[in-house]
Amino acid sequence: MRTALFWILSVAALAGSIGVVGNVRNPINSALNLVVTMLALAGLYVLLEAQFVGLIQVMVYAGAIVVLFLFVIMLLNLRGSGTAGAEVQPLVKIAGTAVVAISAFFLLRVLSTGRAPWPDVDPSYGTTRAIGEALYTDYVLAVQVAGVLLLAGILAAVVLAKKRLD
Amino acid sequence: MGDISPFQFQVVAALIFMVGVVGVLTRRNVIVMFMCIELMLNAANLSLVAFSREVGDDQGQIFAFMVMVVAAVEVAVGLAIIISLVRNRDTLNIEDASQMKW
Repeated sequence: MRTALFWILSVAALAGSIGVVGNVRNPINSALNLVVTMLALAGLYVLLEAQFVGLIQVMVYAGAIVVLFLFVIMLLNLRGSGTAGAEVQPLVKIAGTAVVAISAFFLLRVLSTGRAPWPDVDPSYGTTRAIGEALYTDYVLAVQVAGVLLLAGILAAVVLAKKRLD
Repeated sequence: MGDISPFQFQVVAALIFMVGVVGVLTRRNVIVMFMCIELMLNAANLSLVAFSREVGDDQGQIFAFMVMVVAAVEVAVGLAIIISLVRNRDTLNIEDASQMKW
């Protein structure tokens, strides 16, 4: 069951991510492929017994970030305009893909050496309660800094996106 | 966990990250490049959570949570920059945004 779920979710995540990159016609299609990737990744998190991260993934990524993307694409109403003839020359494409393939090879070589099997974890692992307790005791400074960062982000977005008033 | 090894999760994360890198390198549409950056962040998150499960400690999940917070802020600011780019230049092509000031 878990094995089947893993393969289904992994293939969905990979296909979605390839759909994001490979879709040349319309950014909206890319955004919808991004939703598929995010939801599949949320499923993988739950499979890894990280329920809280999976929940946040659905709420923040699939719920908020992709909607923000779609909102901006539809607000700009620039269906493909300005991107015609915007393709990179083939040499750059080949070079980029080669660099990526070589680094993927070395990454997989490193990652495939000497892995232990999964350890047993206690039932509270990854629950909202466990993560919340850790966040508000050991990592409370990080939470405060994240709050300040979010405030700065909101203000910066408003200042950057507003029309000039003068 | 059935017969899935920790290594397989890392392979999935690495492949998604590579797709994101290829997207940033080959696409010239600002919004799609931005989505590819999101893909890379998500792949890093999957790797963190898988390592966290492999070690049996949930600190990696807290790190993934912080990455999500930063990604949310980054999307808000980045999309505002894109709106301002389109308003000033009327283009989504990254090659047209070659000047720091106009």
